[in-house]
Amino acid sequence: MSLELKNVEKKVGIDTHIHPTSLRLEKNTINVLLGSTLAGKTTLMQIMAGLDKPTSGEIWFDEKNVTGIKVQKRNCSMVYQQFINYPNYTVYENIASPLAITGVKEDEIKQRVGKVAELLKLSAMLNKKPDELSGGQQQRTALARALVKDSDLILLDEPLANLDFKLREELREELPKLFEDRDCIVVYATTEPSDALMIGGNTATLLEGRVIQYGKTLEVYNKPENLVSAKVFSDPPMNIAEIIKSGDSCKFTDNNVQWKSSAKIKDGTYKIGIRPHNITTYKEGNNSVEINGKVQISELSGSESLIHFTNGNLNWVSLSNGTQQKNVGEDTKLYINTDEFLYFDQNNRLVNNG
Amino acid sequence: MNKTINQKAWYFVIPVFVLVAFNAAIPLMTVVNYSFQETFGNNVFAWEGTRWFKQILLSDRFHAALGRQFAFTFIILLIQIPLGIAIALTMPKKGWGVPVCLILMSMPLLIPWNVVGAMWNIFALPDIGFLGHTLNSVGFDYNFTQQPGDAWFTTILMDVWHWTSLVVLLSYAGLNSIQPAYYQAAEIDGASRWATFRYIELPKMKKVLTLAILLRFMDSFMIYTEPFVLTGGGPGNTTAFLSIDLVKMALGQFDLGPAAAMSLIYFFIVLLVCWVFYNLMMKNEAQS
Repeated sequence: MSLELKNVEKKVGIDTHIHPTSLRLEKNTINVLLGSTLAGKTTLMQIMAGLDKPTSGEIWFDEKNVTGIKVQKRNCSMVYQQFINYPNYTVYENIASPLAITGVKEDEIKQRVGKVAELLKLSAMLNKKPDELSGGQQQRTALARALVKDSDLILLDEPLANLDFKLREELREELPKLFEDRDCIVVYATTEPSDALMIGGNTATLLEGRVIQYGKTLEVYNKPENLVSAKVFSDPPMNIAEIIKSGDSCKFTDNNVQWKSSAKIKDGTYKIGIRPHNITTYKEGNNSVEINGKVQISELSGSESLIHFTNGNLNWVSLSNGTQQKNVGEDTKLYINTDEFLYFDQNNRLVNNG
Repeated sequence: MNKTINQKAWYFVIPVFVLVAFNAAIPLMTVVNYSFQETFGNNVFAWEGTRWFKQILLSDRFHAALGRQFAFTFIILLIQIPLGIAIALTMPKKGWGVPVCLILMSMPLLIPWNVVGAMWNIFALPDIGFLGHTLNSVGFDYNFTQQPGDAWFTTILMDVWHWTSLVVLLSYAGLNSIQPAYYQAAEIDGASRWATFRYIELPKMKKVLTLAILLRFMDSFMIYTEPFVLTGGGPGNTTAFLSIDLVKMALGQFDLGPAAAMSLIYFFIVLLVCWVFYNLMMKNEAQS
């Protein structure tokens, strides 16, 4: 079982929503579509599901061409950002609805709904209506509806986006487990890099209707093929600077900070990408270099501190552990872990392995 | 939080009290005044107690008018609500068709009521009206000025033409507020068109439909101008709905006492039905 997009393109009027895309998703995998709003995640999912037809290209499922076959004829299910349930059905009836429509027997429905409800901790709420439930429970109900069907393809379109922080964390941890023993392909769309890292599996980075890179999540994260992919897969945004390498010594073009690089690349100018957590207020690793910064914004995010600072023309973000309050305008010293630099050539392609 | 106490703030409420007094309370009180007394003009009044109320409540004429009124309201609700939903469902959701449909739908609502009555009167005249003449020339014996059935048919048709748009617009607004994801979810489930309507669209439209039914009930229950211009209550008394009958009694016969009593009874019926209807709906709301 596999889902394959062959040169799929989607145009609406003169706008291209999806540029020609080829992608092969294998059985029993979770695949994250990672990209900002309007990157084409939802469009891509709707094409995968058969809710929308591609302008050109083909969709193959299980080595059969399913392009143009309607969603009802395919065995797939979808969960949305909004909590979509039948408003005047109880939770039980909601979960049972996809089965009831296909004519599954009453006993079997009961047994399957019971099982899924238990998995999603909904057993106590089966007789309630959706609007009596919390947002988290409503989304659990929608998830249960998607799971009860034993679909070949489960599409999750930013399912956690409308939940508050705590519920999101809770459900995010459970999600990968829910799909563990299922014989299906899961596609999960999100705008958040941390979602992708948490869920694991494979990730496709998307930008403006193009799939930039597809591969194992950690591989895409650690070795982004190019600068675009690295940017998409970085939150807070990646810091970028131009550098000059000569011999084994490197320096930024904008200031005099130098370091020794073991990267096996030719001399010349490069762009480097530095993830915010590799710039810290304390030394990390053996090859940290010091940089001066003028604090622009200093904010706390959970138990981490975000410090936006400038150094000459550079305008960077650092992410340190612990709560470290700095005053705006203050001059401070920060440390950059040079081991974690991503070097890109003039065509924005990755040239080292970090 | 501490509430500041400022009794002077009551002065701000005075204008609304005055306004309501002049446009509702004082006219209503004169009606109340008339309903308990007999007058022969010259400001001479004689106390009659509840006599007019008893007389109206026991009169066959009132029963007949009330019966006609309920029948009319029931029939037009039965036609307008489903028809309005059906039209709303077929209206386009995007593109140039939206403003076109919306404008076309609002047209009947913008026409003054007596114009609607006059229009339909001319339209339905059996000898020269387009509708009346056409019906007669294809073999129907149609004459709304003489045959009660035809008069009812024409009045109902006129009301449907005039007011279905309101139900359409409300239903359309209700339908448009449903997120597309609901339709997709139903499609993925393999739900039929009917199931989508029954389990997604109808429940999601519940609130606007409640409003539509309430508005159409009140308006049709108090209908006066259009049938007055169209049929004048005739032939005979067959289309004399409550308000037409009331005006006949008050201004035609100058029976001010009974007419005042009838006005109050009429008013309480409207109030009662609306109250019952509203409470039933709210009770439903609380349950679900």
